[in-house]
Amino acid sequence: MSRLMTTEELIPVIAKLCMDACYHLSDNVKKALADAYEKEESPYGRDTLKLLIENAEMASKEEMPVCHDTGMTVVMMEIGQDITWEGMPLEDAVNEGVRKGYVEGYLRKSVYLDPLDRVNSNDNTPCVLHTDIVPGDKVKIFVMPKGGGSENMGGYTNLVPADGVEGVKKFILDTVFAAGGKACPPIVVGVGIGGTMDKTTLIAKQALLRPIGDRHPKKFYADLEEELLEEINKSGIGPLGMGGRMTALDVHIEYYPCHITALPVAVNIQCHSVRQASIKL
Amino acid sequence: MENKVIKLTTPLTRDQILELNAGDVVYLTGNIYTARDAAHRRIQDNIENNRPQPLDLENQIIFYVGPTPAKPGKVIGSAAPTTSVRMDKYVEMTLKLGVLGMIGKGERADYVTDLYKKYGGVYFLSIGGASAMIGNQIKENEIVAYEDLGTESIKRFYVEDMRLIVGIDSKGKSFFEEQVEKYKIVD
Repeated sequence: MSRLMTTEELIPVIAKLCMDACYHLSDNVKKALADAYEKEESPYGRDTLKLLIENAEMASKEEMPVCHDTGMTVVMMEIGQDITWEGMPLEDAVNEGVRKGYVEGYLRKSVYLDPLDRVNSNDNTPCVLHTDIVPGDKVKIFVMPKGGGSENMGGYTNLVPADGVEGVKKFILDTVFAAGGKACPPIVVGVGIGGTMDKTTLIAKQALLRPIGDRHPKKFYADLEEELLEEINKSGIGPLGMGGRMTALDVHIEYYPCHITALPVAVNIQCHSVRQASIKL
Repeated sequence: MENKVIKLTTPLTRDQILELNAGDVVYLTGNIYTARDAAHRRIQDNIENNRPQPLDLENQIIFYVGPTPAKPGKVIGSAAPTTSVRMDKYVEMTLKLGVLGMIGKGERADYVTDLYKKYGGVYFLSIGGASAMIGNQIKENEIVAYEDLGTESIKRFYVEDMRLIVGIDSKGKSFFEEQVEKYKIVD
């Protein structure tokens, strides 16, 4: 049974998701920060977390961006295959929504049209859009304004199969330790293992959409997530790298089948201001 | 907390800067100037092409920041420090122009610590991501130069009680190194 939708109806929806993501941290994230404050032993670390929690409350109340770096906008859509679309090209409608959200929401315009020419697009477009066709007739939209501080500290590597899980752990930890305070800890670490390069990095980013505290359904990966979280929090890096026990709020791993010769690993780091908003239409 | 809590008002003096120690908490009031990647690039171009700078940076404090636009009726939007390491290669140039300190976030390269020691400057840490709070501490916001750079223009901010931590002091001590070592767990 086909469901008819117009792409134009996405515009105000995406605009609102951009603003919601930037102004309001989710309950899941606020709880994680509050728990981190309780567990942190460093006085500077505790002060930092307290100020971040107060900042989030202030931002939400005043409808101001929690963080000034309202990022490059990542939009992920799961589109039901029973939907028939009418209207302007889907990607144009999504970008129009981002434009509307960033202009009307007084969000920062942080996108250069060419990475080498570096002239600002002045409306935060284009966004980075990923679309998956899924069974059904619903549309699920995730908006993730991704700030530069954390995004620039991620990494990708091609290990060899002989490196094994120890090699994978080492790459993840090395990437997180090299980031130090620059990615604004306490961070959430998204990891992708397997796939081809494009898939490895995509699933690492999708891993960041999982709620903090949720473990991978497969025990092997759930255990690996907890082990890595513990190792990262032993580093002493702490909130904003100023020393402490709370360097990471969580580690989320996603895996995908891979080539028999391959062991690719991607790490996508999310800062403490986890800005995400989603809707199901 | 072990270190001192100090209230300072601009314009700061070299002596005040030299007295600060890594880990001191400073509440700063007064005028500071914003600059990040693009503005530093232009300052460097001015030097290379023998052009005057758009403002006198002697004894000033630079804040590495690119704020969000102000809603109507507000002085400024959200603002907090950007990652300082990207401006490392401009530190010597800026210290030579007489800047006493820079406000940012995150660790810097080792040679930058040496430069702060050589020129008698400090690196202040503000709180990455506490942008609504810090935005509200900025009482005046005036574009001084390079308006075409949008969020990256050079602006004068008048701040009130902006909370800073001395990240690198003029004796070459790094707050990060000391603190991370303290909280590291080695099995």
